[in-house]
Order: sequence, then structure tokens, then C-alpha cells
Amino acid sequence: MTDTLTLEVADVPSAEVEEPTREASSIEMQGLHKRFGRDTVALAGVDLVIEAGEFFTLLGPSGCGKTTLLRILAGLEEADDGRLAIGGDDVTEVPPHKRSVNTVFQSYALFPHLSVRENLAFGLKMRGMPPGQREARVAKIAEFIQLGDLVERRVDQLSGGQRQRIALARALVNEPDVLLLDEPLSALDAGLRSQLQVELLRVQKRLGMTFVFVTHDQDEAMVMSDRIAVLNGGVIQQVGPPREVYEHPANAFVARFMGHDNLYSISARNGDRLTTPLGVLSVEAAGEDDLLLIRPETLDLLSGEQPGDNRLLATVTERLYRGSHAEYRLDVGQTTLQATLNNRGRRLPEVGDRVTVSVAPEDLVTLSK
Amino acid sequence: MSYAGVTPSARSRAMVRESRHLLFTVAPGAIWIIIFLVLPSVYLMGVAFMTNGPYGLPEMPLSLGSFERLAGFGFLGWSPGNFYTLLRSLWQTLVSTGLVVLVAYPIAYYISTCRDKWRPILLLLVVVPSWTNQVIRTFGWMNLLAPGTPLSSLAEGLGLIAPNMGLYPSNFAVTLGLVYNFLPFMVLPLYAAFEKLDIAQVEAAQDLYASPVRAFWHAVFPQTLPGLLAGVVLVAIPAFGMYVIPELLGGGKGMMLGNLVANQFSGGANWPLGAAGAILMLIATFIGLYAMRRIGKRLGGGEEVVI
Repeated sequence: MTDTLTLEVADVPSAEVEEPTREASSIEMQGLHKRFGRDTVALAGVDLVIEAGEFFTLLGPSGCGKTTLLRILAGLEEADDGRLAIGGDDVTEVPPHKRSVNTVFQSYALFPHLSVRENLAFGLKMRGMPPGQREARVAKIAEFIQLGDLVERRVDQLSGGQRQRIALARALVNEPDVLLLDEPLSALDAGLRSQLQVELLRVQKRLGMTFVFVTHDQDEAMVMSDRIAVLNGGVIQQVGPPREVYEHPANAFVARFMGHDNLYSISARNGDRLTTPLGVLSVEAAGEDDLLLIRPETLDLLSGEQPGDNRLLATVTERLYRGSHAEYRLDVGQTTLQATLNNRGRRLPEVGDRVTVSVAPEDLVTLSK
Repeated sequence: MSYAGVTPSARSRAMVRESRHLLFTVAPGAIWIIIFLVLPSVYLMGVAFMTNGPYGLPEMPLSLGSFERLAGFGFLGWSPGNFYTLLRSLWQTLVSTGLVVLVAYPIAYYISTCRDKWRPILLLLVVVPSWTNQVIRTFGWMNLLAPGTPLSSLAEGLGLIAPNMGLYPSNFAVTLGLVYNFLPFMVLPLYAAFEKLDIAQVEAAQDLYASPVRAFWHAVFPQTLPGLLAGVVLVAIPAFGMYVIPELLGGGKGMMLGNLVANQFSGGANWPLGAAGAILMLIATFIGLYAMRRIGKRLGGGEEVVI
């Protein structure tokens, strides 16, 4: 590995993405199984390919196996079965300190007895880089994350956001083939969090490094990722770009996890016309699936009763005003439906109003249970 | 606490209440310490500077004679006896504390890795022996190490000791007795340190290319350092002043400073000399404590290690 850390100070606009300075590595997982104790199955056969230079997110609820998978990539956990290759080399049996992979831990795991500078230099020191070179690299990375003036501090003198940046820099300074991030933003408050999301994304695009990001927050996953893998019960439910996962969830679990509540069972079908508890609705392409998904933001609410094709008569039972938009809960026959309306000058229906819900066939999606 | 906006009399009433409260809570302990620690120490210091009378009791006038005797100057010129005793005390303290660390560290680590339900039982097993009187346990070691016992025969067979000498009495027996006696005082603070070990730091070290050995040294050891230093203080200071174990297991060969002092108040009958010896031990202890603090600060990266 050559000294190619051509990181520039972070005031370059994100649009001017530089050519990646080094070749990123792909990751191939094959039939990874992991079990804790007798009964706890963390991973039940994971097959996954992460492309070189990708910002890839493992998304799922706690206990879904996403952190276990990340720890197997880092080498901190050994898979019971299956193979793992990074950059084409089989690393299944390689211990963590011999993998060119670095991790940003959820708790940051900075060394409290060392200064920021010593923390940043730790990996380089362990790999035997001479002190002169080491110091230059550390100075560069400290500049890159805009914390150059903090290097002499002790870790306990830093704020949460600063610690997060140090943890990121401590991993990045080693120029790993793959960077693993275990919910690195979960301990921060909302404002700092969204700021660091953008920063992290820029860093990744600039370096062209493969990032594997673990989170339970679907919004964060959608903002950051090139592709998302949704996990549940140690099994990958769906892999795809954020839009695909959000708009075409593969099953009910993915749909619910991505925040969708409008799921209705299909009791009968006649061509493209589906019978659901809401009534009969036309869809563009109906497969053999048994669930209908209606995204709240695809609905339009017309005042009064204006029956027609793909229109449903409803009563407003609840309205949550959010400023930029309003969320509605509607009674439709025996069941309920949620709708989101952008707030753009029209009259927003009130609780108790009779309204007509209009939905376009191309916005309706069917999926399997 | 702020008394802003309160009338002066109310403020003074509150202060009186507070100082009375302070008096009632602190006074019993303070009186105890004054009667049983401060006054005897002052008395001891006074005695150290007095002359030794014909029956070993302190007499006027004041003199530095006992300090001269302590330094080894007697009627027959300088003799190194007391100097050797001091060195032996320091050496025994150093060796036995070091051995206690080596034995206790793995034990404490092992207990911390056991299942929750086993830990209290294992800790109890470490502590239980110290519920028996120290003298009785030391007699136990005498029986184990005396000439003709299996252990002594084994050592003889291996050529470690001369025939029929036995492992006791000897300096070795004293060291063994000290290590055995002080083990729990090291295991407990180390166990406390291991129990709250931040595993993420160890994993971070491994993730940052540290081999298992270096991960231990850079991520485990610094975290256990406060416990280790606390243990060293708990072991080294009492070991330095130990009286019973060298007396019983050393058999006159292994005399330590504690024995020297004790002898002056009983058989040897020279109270001023004993008092001077006690002051020497006190000074040595304070120097040791100060050194420990410095070491703790340096290794702890400037952080105060509470001892």
C-alpha cells in the first residue's frame, strides 16, 4: 500500500467529486450462518455481494443479525458456516488484525488513556509505520475532519460529535479496503446527526471506499445508501437501491419496516381489478401476490363525495398537522387508511369531513406476505 | 449551597444547623482517629527522640541516639544488621507484591469471564481463607514446609535445598506466606477492574491491527491499571510492615522491619529505638505511596488514579 492519502480539506463542494484515489474492494458472502448458544440464530444463511466503492446499508430491527454480520466482516465474530471474501481474497479464517478492514464502533471505543493524536495513530503504529510518516498522515486526517486543533486533547474532553469524527478518522487514516460503520450516528442528537450524515456521504464519495453501514433507521438508510439490504431473523428480506426498497418492498415485513401501514389483503382478483377491504381497486400490474400496498403520499383527497373509478369514500378521523404536510387517518368502510397531503395552499380537510380518496393505478403495488 | 435572598439571621441559623449536622456525623470517627491514631503517633514521635533508660523505657534528655542506633552505630562501631533488615523488608515487599500480581491477575480475569452465578462463589473461595486467623494459617504453612514433609522432601529430591533443612524456616517460606496471605487483597480490586472492562476497546485495538498480545497490552492492561495499583497499595504497605509471617516462617533468618520494631518493645526492650524504627517505616510508606501516585498518573495518561 502506497502513501496515497490525497484527502483535501472538506470545504470542497460535494459536486466536485474527485477521482477515487485507490481501488476499492468488493465483498462476497456465501451461506453465512451464525448461532449464539443453542437457540439464538443470528444469521441463517446470508448470501450477499457488496460492490466495490458502494455505500451499502444493512437495515433491520434490533436482533435481526445486522451487527453480527458486520462483526463477521470485521473478523470480531467467526461464522459457524459459509465463506467470506474481501477484494477477491478469502478471509473467512483471517483474524481481525490481519484484515484490511476498519470499523467505526457504535460506542466509538476510543482509547481513553491516549490523546486524540495517539488514538488516530494507533492503527498505523500497530502496522509498523515509521513515526515521521505516521505523524504526517495523522495531521492530514485531523485536518480532513476539521479537528486539527484538538489532537493534543484527551478523549474525555471531547463532545459527542467530536468523538464521532475522531472514531471515523481513526479508521479512515489506515486507508482500509472496506470501512464498517456500526450505527455510528445513533448516539447523536437529530441536528448533528443529519449534518454528519451528509459529511459521511461526502467522505465516502470522495474516497471511493467501500462503506458498509449498519442502522435500524430507515430514513437514514435511504438518505445514505447506494443499496440497502433489509434483514430480519438472520435472513435477508430484500436487497436494492433505496427507491426500490421503499416503493416496491418485497414483502410485508419490508413494507412495514420502511414505514408503510396501508397494507390490505387481496380477497379476490378479476384481471387488474382487486377486491380488498377498502373496496375494488384497479392496479397497473397485478401478480399472484396477496397484499396491496398504498403509499400515503400517493393519495389525493377531494372534498365531498365524488365517486368514480379508483375512488373511495371516506371520513376524516384524525389529522396530524406537520407544517410542510399533514397526515390523515381516514375511515373507509370497515377499515382505516392513512394519507399524507402536501401543504400547498389548498384547503386541508378537517376531522369529521367527508372526503373522496383518489389513487392512480400506477401508484398501487402488490406484494407477497 | 446558596443563601441568597435569605435574611441574615435565617442564614446564620441554617449555617449553625449545617455545622451541627457536620459535627454529629464526623465527630465519632474523628474522635476515634484522634485517640487511637493521632495521639499514639505523637507519643511515638516523642519517644523516638528520648534516651533509652536502663529498663528499655524512654527517659529524658532528648537525643538522636535511637536514630543513630537504627542507622547501625552501636558501642562497637557501625554494623550493617539493621540496614540489611531494611533491605530485606523492601526486597520481600517487592518480590511478594510482584508474585501476588502475577498470581492474582489471571485469577481475577478468569473469574470475570465466568457465568454470573459462579462469580460470587469463586470470589468467596478466594476470600474464605482470610476468615481464619492469620497466625493459624501461618502455622499451617509451617506444618506444610517443615523438614520431612512431602513438599520439603520433594525440594530435597530436586536438589533445591540441603538435606534435612526443610523449606521452613527460610526467606522462601516468608515470601510464600506473604503471597498466600495477601492474594485476596489483589484479586478483589483487579476483579472489579476486569468486571467493568470495556470490551469494545479491545475489539477496536484488534480491528486496528493489534495482535492479541498487543491488544492486551494497549487495551486491556490500561483499563485494569487502577485496580492493579489499588491492589499493590493494599498488598505492599501491610507486607512491608508485616510481623507475624516473618516471625513464624523466617525463624530469625527472615527478620523484617516489623520484627525489628516489635522486638524493641518486647524482648530487646528499647522503646526509643522501636519508635524510631516505626517512624522510618512510616516515611518509607509515604514515599512508596507518592511513587505509586506518580506511576499511576504517568501510565494513566495524566488521569488521577485514585488510591
